[in-house]
Amino acid sequence: MVENRHWFFRLLPHVVLSIGVFIVAFPVYVAFVGSTLDAATIANGQMGLIPGSHMFENYYRTLFVGTAGTTRQPVLAMMLNSFVMAVTIAGGKIIISILSAYAVVYYHFPFRMAAFWLIFVTLMLPVEVRIYPTYKIVADLGMLDTYAGLAVPLIASATGTLLFRQFFMTIPDELMEASQIDGAGPVRFFIDTVLPLSITTIAALFVIQFIYGWNQYLWPLLITTRDSMQTIVIGIKKMIVTQDALTEWQLAMTTAVLAMLPPVAVVILMQKLFVRGLVETEK
Amino acid sequence: MAGVTLNTVRKTYQGGVEAVKGVSFAVPDGAFCVLVGPSGCGKSTLLRMVAGLERITSGEIAIGDRIVNEIEPAERDIAMVFQNYALYPHMSVYDNIAYGLKNRKTPKDEIDRRVREAAKILAIEPLLDRKPRQLSGGQRQRVAMGRAIVRKPQVFLFDEPLSNLDAKLRVQMRVEIKKLQKAFGITAIYVTHDQVEAMTMSDILVVMNGGEVEQIGTPSEIYRHPATRFVATFIGSPPMNLIPGEMMADGHVRAGEAQFRLPPHPFAPGRAVEVGLRPEDIVLGQSENAFPLKVDFLEELGATQLVYGRLNGAQLIAQVPSGSVAEAGGTLSFGIAAERLHIFDPATGRRAV
Ligand SMILES: Nc1ncnc2c1ncn2[C@@H]1O[C@H](COP(=O)(O)OP(=O)(O)OP(=O)(O)O)[C@@H](O)[C@H]1O
Ligand SMILES: [Mg+2]
Repeated sequence: MVENRHWFFRLLPHVVLSIGVFIVAFPVYVAFVGSTLDAATIANGQMGLIPGSHMFENYYRTLFVGTAGTTRQPVLAMMLNSFVMAVTIAGGKIIISILSAYAVVYYHFPFRMAAFWLIFVTLMLPVEVRIYPTYKIVADLGMLDTYAGLAVPLIASATGTLLFRQFFMTIPDELMEASQIDGAGPVRFFIDTVLPLSITTIAALFVIQFIYGWNQYLWPLLITTRDSMQTIVIGIKKMIVTQDALTEWQLAMTTAVLAMLPPVAVVILMQKLFVRGLVETEK
Repeated sequence: MAGVTLNTVRKTYQGGVEAVKGVSFAVPDGAFCVLVGPSGCGKSTLLRMVAGLERITSGEIAIGDRIVNEIEPAERDIAMVFQNYALYPHMSVYDNIAYGLKNRKTPKDEIDRRVREAAKILAIEPLLDRKPRQLSGGQRQRVAMGRAIVRKPQVFLFDEPLSNLDAKLRVQMRVEIKKLQKAFGITAIYVTHDQVEAMTMSDILVVMNGGEVEQIGTPSEIYRHPATRFVATFIGSPPMNLIPGEMMADGHVRAGEAQFRLPPHPFAPGRAVEVGLRPEDIVLGQSENAFPLKVDFLEELGATQLVYGRLNGAQLIAQVPSGSVAEAGGTLSFGIAAERLHIFDPATGRRAV
């Protein structure tokens, strides 16, 4: 059917897709080219589309030394901060939401649905909405400029709980009943059956939440003051100063390229896991 | 080994559905008991109460001498086979079968020995490393059986285990399950709504309707002497014909053009009754209790044919050897032996003779 169509209609989707890819990829390429040039070339406005010869030098300086003016912090340290924050947020969200979803779906306790709706309502309360009280609490607990302060307030979220609840409700009840008869209590059932079946969902959630955590801007900006606690997103912002001449553009570009790498790596690695999960497990 | 005893067991679900209304019966040690009845009559609920998956609202269930009302499913020493098999999708066949033993802290080498033994009995040894989704329906069914027999429980519980299989496999597995149960001598309770399974597999047949037991007995007792109109029409295919009639002064029952002579009975003349005739008991051209029947249409089944007609306003089906009746339209004479007649009280639905 599709094969028999006119060549024009066969070509059309490719053209549309190519335009899309170009729009997305071109700025990334420009950033990469920028990260291989020297400061003078960019400042003169002579930047072309051919990579220069300063790549090694730029990446070395960015990763291990830092910019001369604004942020003297090496970007590697920033990446580490971002990474710790993103992994803590993603991991914390997964642990909390899988446990709360398990409780809501499999335990019959008083006010079960009330508990569920309370969790649901927090969907309407992202950090940005409750930022002042949250800041106050974090400050009072002495968690400013700490990893805990960076990650913990962002961990609580309803999205994961909803996702897991939805998934658990598709697991047939007979599986739980068979486990019960096989002598597995609630904890064993969770570890032996629910967890392995949830791998795909966990992987998907990890990807989404890792990127969410990695890209945080407002919250880290508020609660980190020490340079050593800076995240890479904040770092990029600080490198770009209003007086254009003071900005070391080649280093800013390098940092931007570096900031993209971990999310890309997570997507690629996790994609394998989801595909495996999709192929190997089924209810 | 142990029998199962139910004593006025009731189940009322949250929301007030009374699914089981005071059921009592006993399954002796080693017997194969089948619960049969129409959809929604409470068979699964009853079975799940025996398993411990559903709380008992009132009454008592005992396995052996032990009342199990408050005992966890795992401690009841039962094994259950579910309709959808409920195999653990992420575990290999081996692990599926071994799981119950692992949770009971059985030594590893003993688990291995027992899993392989069960797999051998069920002829699934080559499948031990596969995942459930790599198996056919019949193979999954076998794995589910393996999971049940490997623990050598006191009681097997089955909830329509064969209903997802095709007709041929169903017949084969039916025989196999019965054989295994006899070989192990383990008490079994088996839920089905397939009356062929009910008749062929059971030592004890329990016919349920609307949350209550209609009749308990051996399959032939239930077939030969159904206690109620419901059982009479539920067991047997095509179902028993029920023809309205009236007691006559001379002890006959009159049903339209037919006069049925009954064995001795205590009924007063003028009383309304229902006469039950099994299609296969009606014989073409027999003189005993003969009645004329206009043949409305015929159904050919191969070995036999079904003759449809009307008697005293009710439909009547006779099952006669193939070729007995050539075509529909004519009026023929049929008869039935007196001892093959069933008489029911139309008011209570209970058997009178
Ligand atoms: N969890 C439940 N909550 C409320 N009512 C229920 C529940 N489970 C079953 N019922 C009701 O109890 C009655 C008996 O259900 P049950 O599942 O025991 O029937 P069944 O005889 O097994 O039927 P089937 O042959 O269709 O499986 C039905 O009316 C059903 O709607
Ligand atoms: Mg059922």
